[in-house]
Amino acid sequence: MPRITYLEAGRRALAEEMRRDPDVWAVGEDLGRGGVFGQYRGLLEEFGPERIIDAPISENCILGSSVGAAMTGARPVVEMRFADFALCAIDELVNQAAKARYMFGGQTRVPLVVREPVGLWKSAAAQHSQSLEAWYVHVPGLVVVMPATPADNAGLLKAAIRCDDPVVYMEHKDLWGLEGEVPEEVAPIPLGTARRARTGRDVTIVTWSAMVHTATEAAERLAGERIEAEVLDLRTLWPWDREAVFESVARTRRVLIVHEAVRVGGFGAEIAATLAEELDDRLAAPPRRLGAPRVPVPYSPPLEEEVRVSADRIAEAARALLRS
Amino acid sequence: MEDTKGGSGANLDRDRLCAFYRHMWRIRAFEECAIRGAEAGEVFGTVHPSIGQEAVAVAVCGNLRRDDILLSTHRGHGHTLVKGADPYAMMCELLGRAEGTCGGKGGSMHIADFGIAMLGANGVVGANTVIAVGAAQRLKKLGSDRIVACIFGDGAVNRGTFLEALNWAAVRTLPVLFVCEDNRYSASTRTAELTAGEGAAARGRALGIETAEADGNEVPTLDAIAREAIARVRGGRPVLLVTRTYRLTGHTSRDPAGYRPQEELAAAREKDPIRRCADLLRLAGLEEAELAAIEAEARREMAEIYERARNAPWPRRDLAYTDVQDVGAPTERPY
Ligand SMILES: Cc1ncc(C[n+]2csc(CCOP(=O)(O)OP(=O)(O)O)c2C)c(N)n1
Ligand SMILES: [Mg+2]
Repeated sequence: MPRITYLEAGRRALAEEMRRDPDVWAVGEDLGRGGVFGQYRGLLEEFGPERIIDAPISENCILGSSVGAAMTGARPVVEMRFADFALCAIDELVNQAAKARYMFGGQTRVPLVVREPVGLWKSAAAQHSQSLEAWYVHVPGLVVVMPATPADNAGLLKAAIRCDDPVVYMEHKDLWGLEGEVPEEVAPIPLGTARRARTGRDVTIVTWSAMVHTATEAAERLAGERIEAEVLDLRTLWPWDREAVFESVARTRRVLIVHEAVRVGGFGAEIAATLAEELDDRLAAPPRRLGAPRVPVPYSPPLEEEVRVSADRIAEAARALLRS
Repeated sequence: MEDTKGGSGANLDRDRLCAFYRHMWRIRAFEECAIRGAEAGEVFGTVHPSIGQEAVAVAVCGNLRRDDILLSTHRGHGHTLVKGADPYAMMCELLGRAEGTCGGKGGSMHIADFGIAMLGANGVVGANTVIAVGAAQRLKKLGSDRIVACIFGDGAVNRGTFLEALNWAAVRTLPVLFVCEDNRYSASTRTAELTAGEGAAARGRALGIETAEADGNEVPTLDAIAREAIARVRGGRPVLLVTRTYRLTGHTSRDPAGYRPQEELAAAREKDPIRRCADLLRLAGLEEAELAAIEAEARREMAEIYERARNAPWPRRDLAYTDVQDVGAPTERPY
């Protein structure tokens, strides 16, 4: 199987969807030059400026116009550059895109994909590093997807584009260069299906996005101490794969939920609460969560390191869970 | 920039021109050190150089009082330096050190120095215009003769906040100097291709805001226009100043800027504000050796600062938890 990067996988998936469906287009700043990270390289040449739409720095209109286009039959892929800038268009996403179908009694759909790159990356500091997935999970009407691997970035992006709901699609900036096997023909991955990244019997680590790799690293380390951790990559946060999580946790009887986002009010809380409510009798210990401290992301490397959820911290939390 | 005060209108005296020249070189030398630092992997975050745009910084910020308020952008080293920030503290910030202007928490894109009323660079394009309006509203309420200067790029005028801020400043007659630093590009995009009508100046006029336009690379005229604009703002109303300049580097220090024509770049180099200022100084009788000495001194100063800053201490890790908020601050066991 050919190995390509996470970035290239997303680029290819978008190109394939655009070839398949003439209603798909992409819009965002600097797309004509391939996008800030190169995720759109070559697409202008193939699809032309009517479908690879270069936008001014007008976030409200980038997202708002996509809502209008989606209501009238287009399937826009909306590039917000950094998840942080998507906040400039939160009204268009939360009050308009997410509400239209329900509020108008089912008369319309808003099939758009909002790409919002997230996460710690090269000391990007407080306004370029946030992971705000939990905000969107909280909003009825939205689907939230966070791919961790190249293959998933292809399969999930395809599924997101074909989905008739508005999808918040969060790629992790630190994964752009990650290589992995991706089949020539990528099939869409059903939204709401988790992936088992590692099998284990002692503890289940539920995670997503870049933390899948950090958690796997921690699990390898734990294996040296005869602790076998299972790593579940959730892939989609809404809907989330309750069956896969329940099945795994029922086996291991211990669960640690790990995310890069701030722990307080994070999506880990939702999973932990659900497990406590519905699987309590099978748990050998209360669910545990690991996430960033409730601090804006600082610039200076030692400070950034301090707020980063590391493999060390994950391994330590897993050990503590096994002791309890 | 005390030593540029007291010039005589558009007929710049030699000393004032010399001071501009020196400050432009300080900005450039500072940023060249920062770029080398980024290349060496010592400056971690993104650096947006203002090389080629130094004249705007010296003419606008050089005419502000120390207590006037300044809001800048992601491309703000020059503005901040001329406003009077300590280049050592700025360099420490870029290097993420404890003695940085923000203790290493912000980096290049978030340099702020409230001690000189510099309310921050900003990582979000167009976010500063509305903040500037609020600061001006406060100054007006206090009956102060201080003003607010808010600098932004040509790309920012396509955000809704531009309209909202200018409209607000106009209807409330607020002392804001809006400065559009038009370097023709928004990241890799040629701004004109995505901007309707005549751009920033026409939009300012349409809102009834007094609007001036100037060659942003020609220090003496820009100085006179900026001074005049600032006097009007001090009189109590908003002014928009649109300066036409050019970014001689890529959008960031990592951007090779292959999207712009080589001829365009070559022509812009001819109009480099530092070169043009040197030509004027030659006409005013300065010797080559004197010009070279000004450049060498700026480079020496910044190289020395860089060296000191890269040996400066890192912030203690527990400082990651300070200054979040008063009520409900992060606990002692954050993990
Ligand atoms: C709201 C928002 N959208 C997009 C960006 C990404 N971005 C950073 S700088 C920049 C270009 C800004 O162009 P301009 O305003 O002309 O300023 P210049 O960089 O030329 O100084 C863009 C699009 C951002 N920081 N904030
Ligand atoms: Mg610009």
